[in-house]
Amino acid sequence: MTDAEIHARRKKNNVMLGLVLVAFVVLVFSITVAKMMSGANMEAADHVLRPQLIDQ
Amino acid sequence: MTDVTMNTTSAHSDFGDYVALLKPRVMSLVVFTAAVGLIVAPGGMNPVLAFASILFIALGAGASGSLNMWWDADIDRIMKRTQGRPVPSGKVTANNAMLVGLWMSVLSVGMLGLAANWLAAGLLAFTIFFYAVVYSMWLKRSTPQNIVIGGAAGAFPPMVGWAAATGSVSIEAVGMFMLIFMWTPPHFWALALFMNEDYSKAGVPMLTVTHGKRSTRNHIMAYTILLTPFCIGLAFTSIGGPLYFALSVVLSAMFLQGAFKLYRRAEEDAIADKYAAERKVFRFSLFYLFLLFAALLIETALRAFDLQWTAWPQVF
Repeated sequence: MTDAEIHARRKKNNVMLGLVLVAFVVLVFSITVAKMMSGANMEAADHVLRPQLIDQ
Repeated sequence: MTDVTMNTTSAHSDFGDYVALLKPRVMSLVVFTAAVGLIVAPGGMNPVLAFASILFIALGAGASGSLNMWWDADIDRIMKRTQGRPVPSGKVTANNAMLVGLWMSVLSVGMLGLAANWLAAGLLAFTIFFYAVVYSMWLKRSTPQNIVIGGAAGAFPPMVGWAAATGSVSIEAVGMFMLIFMWTPPHFWALALFMNEDYSKAGVPMLTVTHGKRSTRNHIMAYTILLTPFCIGLAFTSIGGPLYFALSVVLSAMFLQGAFKLYRRAEEDAIADKYAAERKVFRFSLFYLFLLFAALLIETALRAFDLQWTAWPQVF
């Protein structure tokens, strides 16, 4: 296998992996949007008592 | 000064080799059954979350496939059916298969928990553990009942899908689990009848290897009979209906007929026609499961359009 061929293959693999990573980012963002639209509680505990986080 | 030589003859793994590590064909069946489990469950799920859940269930299945290929590389090298897999063919090292499997497991379980709920994520984690550890590492090489109990791993996806949508596990989810669980033994034993040489060469104690083909034919008959009530019973749960019932009766009759044919067949006849009947039953069994799950989907669609038969008895 020549150097050029190795580089071509490597480039193809890198592009594929890049696409998968971009797709994953898009998916996580979409999940976040979907969760927020369905009214999920977006406030996490920050070690300080916040009355709005206590279940009534 | 030392010479540095670059070893360019060693295998280069391509992106596709890592995809093959996840057993895409098994994954497609998991995607289908998990999707059905999720869609037939009551209460609509956000489509984005539903899509993400199915994707991560499939990824979890892929992870267990990768762990299986790491552990079974020695067997896979011997069996003709599996020689082309990425690890035995040298395209991916066994160590990388293990790493991919472990990290994909963590990722799929964690993401399913975030996208859906932690019950579904826990069930997915248990499924991966069951397939990779209980089936691959323990049962597969030690008992002819390997696929009977190992079949549970393949039966979990619709239950995980149901749990992702509802946050609970109910009788319908158990019913779908039992359908695949009881279907697996006759399906795999039909395959083992014509793939027997592979298994015996690799020293895998399939029923055909340890108890012979006569006994395997009896087992196929017995398990197909046991499968029938689970197959038809699902018609009388909240996800069943008259259409599913009619199809389940016809398909059960056909499966029983095929199993009976294998049961009556002498080994000489099977060798004479190169296991034509066995191959037919194996292919039919795939078709059988696909159609039954498709029927569950159609029943749900009918209910969504208010076309259900209200007098249909719901026993379970």
